[in-house]
Amino acid sequence: MAKSFRGGVHPDDRKRYTAAKPIETAPLPDKVVIPTRQHIGAPCAALVKAGDLVKKGQVIAEAQAFVSSPIHASLSGKVVEVADYPHPVFGFCQSVVIESDGADEWVEGMPLSRDWQALDAAALKDIIRQAGIVGMGGATFPTHVKLAPPPEKPIDAFILNGAECEPYLTADHRVMLEATDKVVTGMRIVMKVLGVAKGYIGIEENKPDAITAMVAATKGTGITVVPLKTKYPQGAEKTLIKVILDREVPSGGLPMDVGAVVQNVGTMVAVADAVVSGLPLVERVATVTGGAIAEPKNLLLRIGTTFAQAVEQCGGFAAPPAKLIMGGPMMGMAQCRLDVPVIKGTSGILALSEDDVNAGEEKPCIRCGRCVDACPMGLVPSMLSILGQRGLFEVAKEEYDLLDCVECGSCVYACPAKRNIVHYVKYLKAQNAAAAAAKK
Amino acid sequence: MSAEAKMEIGQLTVSASPHIRCDESISKIMWTVNATLAPAALFSVYRFGVKALVTMIICIVAAVVTEYLIQKWQNKPVTVSDGSAFLTGLLLAMNIPSTVPWYMPLFGSVVAIAVAKHTMGGLGYNIFNPALVGRAVLLASWPVAMTTWPEMASKVDGVTSATPLGILKLQGYEKLVSVFGDKMEMYKSLFIGTRSGSMGETSALLLILGGAYLIYRGYINWRVPVFMIGTVGVLTWALGGHAGLFSGDPILNMLSGGLILGAFYMATDMVTIPITNNGQIVFAIGAGCLTVLIRLLGGYPEGVCYAILLMNSVTPLIDRWLKPAKFGARR
Repeated sequence: MAKSFRGGVHPDDRKRYTAAKPIETAPLPDKVVIPTRQHIGAPCAALVKAGDLVKKGQVIAEAQAFVSSPIHASLSGKVVEVADYPHPVFGFCQSVVIESDGADEWVEGMPLSRDWQALDAAALKDIIRQAGIVGMGGATFPTHVKLAPPPEKPIDAFILNGAECEPYLTADHRVMLEATDKVVTGMRIVMKVLGVAKGYIGIEENKPDAITAMVAATKGTGITVVPLKTKYPQGAEKTLIKVILDREVPSGGLPMDVGAVVQNVGTMVAVADAVVSGLPLVERVATVTGGAIAEPKNLLLRIGTTFAQAVEQCGGFAAPPAKLIMGGPMMGMAQCRLDVPVIKGTSGILALSEDDVNAGEEKPCIRCGRCVDACPMGLVPSMLSILGQRGLFEVAKEEYDLLDCVECGSCVYACPAKRNIVHYVKYLKAQNAAAAAAKK
Repeated sequence: MSAEAKMEIGQLTVSASPHIRCDESISKIMWTVNATLAPAALFSVYRFGVKALVTMIICIVAAVVTEYLIQKWQNKPVTVSDGSAFLTGLLLAMNIPSTVPWYMPLFGSVVAIAVAKHTMGGLGYNIFNPALVGRAVLLASWPVAMTTWPEMASKVDGVTSATPLGILKLQGYEKLVSVFGDKMEMYKSLFIGTRSGSMGETSALLLILGGAYLIYRGYINWRVPVFMIGTVGVLTWALGGHAGLFSGDPILNMLSGGLILGAFYMATDMVTIPITNNGQIVFAIGAGCLTVLIRLLGGYPEGVCYAILLMNSVTPLIDRWLKPAKFGARR
């Protein structure tokens, strides 16, 4: 029987638009806009200036900090500008604009062929860091940091998150089908780095072909495929660990507190490419979809491709979108413009129609309790929203566990009063952070 | 291909996630609850005649108009179309005898909407169930009219104008059974609704069917009616008889009075009851205990209304006491 967890919601997964469509390589863009900040941690500083010639895979921005990740040119050509450009997460951000020379040439020495089994954990971790790999599910936490838990936190289980529980998105699904062996190689590399023998792949039941493919590809590797019930947020890190290992990450804790590390599917492909072929992270698969997209697709896109270029590749808009989102509809970020670039954490580009959004006027809470039933963290979201309206972050934190909210959005999805609970939670968290900063 | 691609974006909405919502809405819930009450309401019109229909319409129109006027006066968005004022009116009608003079339902509805609902801030903010506040005020204001029930329009059983619980209280169990003929006849009559009482106190069957549909739709929690009716059953069985412990008649007590209506339609009023499953169980058991206390020891034959109102008042406390089990707290 497929495993599940307490809480959650069942939105229509809308994966039918793209689930059966093979990954299509987008044509080489004329120009890319590559932000120097594409990860959680210290921002990078640009190493190139206007006029410089760069090759694909060349480091163009770097930071000395441990919690950071270098940025590479995603095509060969000339740097035309280093300036602030629109960014899907940070508003505006320093970006390197590269005009393609059409040759799409790798830096010398790339690609290469390496036997990963001959490398030790430290060497593998260093390759992963240098390749600029971050969590590609959207969180963009540098992967080499996640693979270096402190010695007092022994890790005994590695989980690959193949749940892809966000509606609409099918990028991970297609990658598991089309790059099955790379995913397994990436997993085995990461398991070697972590020194763990137990590996798990959690996949929602709505992807039976991916389950079959992964079961076949993991025979004899010590990796177990775990079918999961199709329910959002099955792929949230804490729920995934609970479902697969029956361990609860403590309140305020991290997966490593219960001996687990969770990684995204796309990240595993990037790890395999980096370690086996010496290639840095310069492209990724993203699902371009939604009711307002003429022809939804799974695209292999260069980092720095603008959303406009990606949408154009899918036939443009069937109707003017009501909302443009980077990521999934439950946790993705709403965008206000089309000239933002695809970054390492762009798992999808959604253009939603009015019908998809199904918005409504926010009404007072009627205490129906649907949010309480939906909350996978066992909170009372209705109270958080009411406290949010009043700005009472201290009460929210002390009595209603504000900081345990993972902002999965299940409560908002379920709410008949259309309350913007996650909005209030973000506001309360910001208030709390500001108050904490003021105290220092 | 890209030449003909349409790229206009128009006005994009930028807001916090999530970006999709379910199809539920407050008005969908309220109108569904109204619809499930319709069979029981129509049955009471069939049993009690046109007078019942008139009383019902007065209740509903007064509730809706009162809400409209208050919201207009306060320059608030008018929300009468969401069905909640309609529901308050309908529930109040179900809670009173059909024979009361016209100004009583009118007054009750105005009190329910103006005092119990809008002085608290409107839908979602009221502490007490508005319809029950309306009924309580009417019972305190006109106790005689509010406890004089009509003869059945189509008399089948020769039931007198007192309610079964009234007969039980004043004349005893034997007398009550003799009114119906025998025990099975009594149960049948209570279940189907061929007996005297307030408009919504009659057909247990239709109320249970309506409530079952609401449970199926997820609009009410099954725990509330099950625990409330169960509590009344167990306690009246244990304590309600004259021949010592466990000599009471639980079936009579569960099917009579306003218990079925209250347990399915008023103790489940989401605004005024606890928000968690455990909280709702505590609420239901508490309301069941208070109902039995009033029925067995109080001055009134029936106590559902006051039992629910009393439990409404401790709802915020129950909510603070019984929060859901937090993820990651167990170590």
